[in-house]
Amino acid sequence: MSARTSAPARRRPSRGARVAYGVLGVVGELLITLGVLVLAFLVWQLWWTDVQGNRAQAEVVRELPRIPVPTPAPTASSGPLVAPERHDEPPVMAEVDHAVTFATIQVPRWDGEPERPVSEGVDRETVLDVLGVGHYPGTAMPGGLGNVALAGHRTTFAKPFNRVAELQEGDPIVLRTATVDGGPGTDTWYVYRVTSWQVVKPSQTEVIAPVPGKPGESPTERYLTLTTCHPMFSARERYVVHAVLDYWAPVADGTPAELLEGAS
Amino acid sequence: MYAWLWRHLPGPVLVRVLLVAVLVAAVLAVCFTWVFPAVAPFMPFNDTTVGE
Repeated sequence: MSARTSAPARRRPSRGARVAYGVLGVVGELLITLGVLVLAFLVWQLWWTDVQGNRAQAEVVRELPRIPVPTPAPTASSGPLVAPERHDEPPVMAEVDHAVTFATIQVPRWDGEPERPVSEGVDRETVLDVLGVGHYPGTAMPGGLGNVALAGHRTTFAKPFNRVAELQEGDPIVLRTATVDGGPGTDTWYVYRVTSWQVVKPSQTEVIAPVPGKPGESPTERYLTLTTCHPMFSARERYVVHAVLDYWAPVADGTPAELLEGAS
Repeated sequence: MYAWLWRHLPGPVLVRVLLVAVLVAAVLAVCFTWVFPAVAPFMPFNDTTVGE
């Protein structure tokens, strides 16, 4: 009743008030729209980049020129061909051009993760966001004396290193080089084993030095280092995993036993 | 703003609802394809490398 009596007064607000309410309404609608767009950005970043990235990286691995892994004759009952371990001097390929995919990485501990491409360079626009795992330019190539340093996203963009914290001492990390130019070190398996891991500040470049943690020293060992972000969804620190070469084998000789165990 | 848009959409309510759905989908598609990828590098997370 009181509402009805006061209604005529409300029906004719002053011109100034009408404009003010109109502006306020538009501002409110814009803010709501902005909130919805932020939610949409989260959906894109946390879900869609993974969908797109996984699809694109699987495509890169599928299209990668490389010789097939030999399979035993159908009559053989011995199961898949296990590549004999080679502990002699491994062949090492020449460094490739920026954004060229030259190898793949497989980690049996990350059961269910696909084989990921490894490409030259570690900038986000041309390598990490689109091609998955990146190789720090100037660091050793697979099997080489020194440190093969690789970077990858731990969250978003298909998150190739999402499960990096699951790695334990002795876990194999398997690199398989592609055919590239067909020179030494191409179409070769390199099996590394995890030795240690650490959390460092982004400025601590010594983790990718030829001898990890000791910049300036000349290497006598063949290391592999993975770097990714830490904590998840943060750029505050880096999670770093070090590994050392266990053995190598030509792809033509078969498949490393580490990968076959994971498959069975 | 949205009231203005609603008043200026043609047709009965059902057609307007469909038109709004198409407009929303178009805006989201543009965001997913161009806007969000352009904004992402400026977000303070996702850096995975050591060095500058």
